[in-house]
Amino acid sequence: MNFMKAIVAAGLVAASTSAFAADITGAGATFPFPLYSKWADAYKKETGNGLNYQSIGSGAGIKQIVAKTVTFGASDMPLKPEQLEKEGMIQWPQAMGALVPVVNLEGIKPGELVFSGELLGDIYLGKVKTWNDPAIAKLNPKLKLPSDAITVVRRSDGSGTTFLWTDYLSKTNAEWKAKAGSGTAVEWPTGVGAKGNEGVAGNVSQTKNSIGYVEYAYAKQNKLTYGAVINKAGKTVQPTVAAFQAAAANADWAGAKNYFVILTDQPGEASWPITGATFILMHKEPTDKAASGEAIKFFKWAFAKGAKMAEELDYIPMPDSVVKLIEKTWSADIKS
Amino acid sequence: MADMAVQSDVMEASGPYDRARALNAFKFGDVTFYWITRACAISVLLILGGIILSLIAGAWPAMKQYGFSFLFTARWAPSADPPVLGALGPIYGTLVTSVIAMLIAIPVGLGIAIFLTELCPQWLRRPIGIAVELLAGIPSIIYGMWGFFVLGPFLADSFQPFMIRLFDGVPVLGSIFAGPPSYLSLFNAALILAIMVLPFITAISVDVFKTVPPVLKEAAYGVGCTTWEVVRNVVIPYTRVGVIGGIMLALGRALGETMAVTFIIGNAFRITGSVFSPGTTISAAIASEFAESDGLHQSGLIMLGLLLFVLTFLVLASARLMLMRLEKKAGN
Repeated sequence: MNFMKAIVAAGLVAASTSAFAADITGAGATFPFPLYSKWADAYKKETGNGLNYQSIGSGAGIKQIVAKTVTFGASDMPLKPEQLEKEGMIQWPQAMGALVPVVNLEGIKPGELVFSGELLGDIYLGKVKTWNDPAIAKLNPKLKLPSDAITVVRRSDGSGTTFLWTDYLSKTNAEWKAKAGSGTAVEWPTGVGAKGNEGVAGNVSQTKNSIGYVEYAYAKQNKLTYGAVINKAGKTVQPTVAAFQAAAANADWAGAKNYFVILTDQPGEASWPITGATFILMHKEPTDKAASGEAIKFFKWAFAKGAKMAEELDYIPMPDSVVKLIEKTWSADIKS
Repeated sequence: MADMAVQSDVMEASGPYDRARALNAFKFGDVTFYWITRACAISVLLILGGIILSLIAGAWPAMKQYGFSFLFTARWAPSADPPVLGALGPIYGTLVTSVIAMLIAIPVGLGIAIFLTELCPQWLRRPIGIAVELLAGIPSIIYGMWGFFVLGPFLADSFQPFMIRLFDGVPVLGSIFAGPPSYLSLFNAALILAIMVLPFITAISVDVFKTVPPVLKEAAYGVGCTTWEVVRNVVIPYTRVGVIGGIMLALGRALGETMAVTFIIGNAFRITGSVFSPGTTISAAIASEFAESDGLHQSGLIMLGLLLFVLTFLVLASARLMLMRLEKKAGN
């Protein structure tokens, strides 16, 4: 009997340790979910360690990591340094995405229509009402645009995408900043709300003379007509991976405390102005040090080997210079 | 009764018959049964009370901050500092969509039910009956997607421009049916709701129409009534209570429907006179914003939930009152 008991006990211990090893749990932003699950899948094949990520939204992810119910939290909006300090947490950007303005206009090809942040703000404020408005014509002297009313499409659900979009409009349009401001859900002066990136993409592709904003991947996959944008340096840029990475590389990561950088409207002639990073949040002194160490191993692996997978899913990997900084942060700040 | 007879047979066979003991056993069984069912019934009250309490607890910060002005403010600005939240937009949208939905669904639903029970040839009964049941079985997200991809564009391209032109310049109707046409609007959401609540009204009406004693109808036909007169003066008055019950069930669904409405209403916290402009409902607002909300914003959303709860309660309570009055009248 004792022998049997020993076997059962050994089995239990083995089961609990193996469950332990696979026990990296995370929760948060929906935007990086496809990427994290693809990484987790490849990582499991390589190391046998799994990752359980629940995409429940940035706000809920922050709540979960503060309550220490998960090993890491994920948010599309960086936390302010004071808030991080108060909770004893660190954060770093894990991957990037970019937003593009998309339109449904007859005879207009992708990348032809040029916008500025101020103009986009005025359209979303409802001040520029028709496509032949002088403000649009001024930036697009060669295009023939219809006199039809503009249908403004935006997200109805609270989202990190909306935060980036409204943050960009706030930085480039003073009236937008005063009237609507920036946030995951704001007081929209005009327009119809659709659910999710897919909702906005679907709505724009269906509605003639409409404008919307979606993540680059959705514009690409749905073959939507995207517009070019004039950036902070005054140059007209097209949405390309190079332009997104330029925005990240030109951002002042080293000078920012706790990587508190919002990537919209960054300097640099090649920078795409509506770029954003998605962040990982962890405790400096985790209650479960083993799980926390496993999580760091996973993110290290993702930086080293996950770049290609990210690009396949139309995400943008962090530039090497930023990755080096982040790895320094890990060894300095996380106790394991 | 048959069971009891069998049991007492068994008892007699197994030994000397003790009447008092047998009665005691019955009594014990009855008491146990009474308490079990009573506990089940009371659990409903407990659950309901728990839901109300947790809603109030969640909404408390917003209640303290906004008080009654929450009900009359039309602005919804969660990112302002401090957030300005008002429920007037969602309340307006909820009421407008539900009222329009009921205006469409009640006559159509009753029409289907009357046709099915009074006029329909036997061979057509099953297909129509099954179609109605299938309508009830379609998940709401499918209604939402269909509304988004098929109904919305159709209404915006064909129906809405027609209505706008038709009522252009007419005093009140002109502003109710005002442009521009929109794929996502209060009216489109109301139409989807009407289709979704139709089976509730139809199925319940069919069931209660079948309870009308044939002799009543035959007597009416016998004195020379037309089918319309039979329906109007015999069937409807006889089943009034049941029909209203079905309508109230449908209204409850229309008030609380979330997914389909979120897809097609346009989710704009605005009050314009036109039913062709985007709006929002209480449940759509909560579903849209809850995941990414925190602090006062989330508390405000929970308060919206509490409001919907109260609104639904008021509707059901007034329905009960109305039924009571009708029954009293019938009694006199």
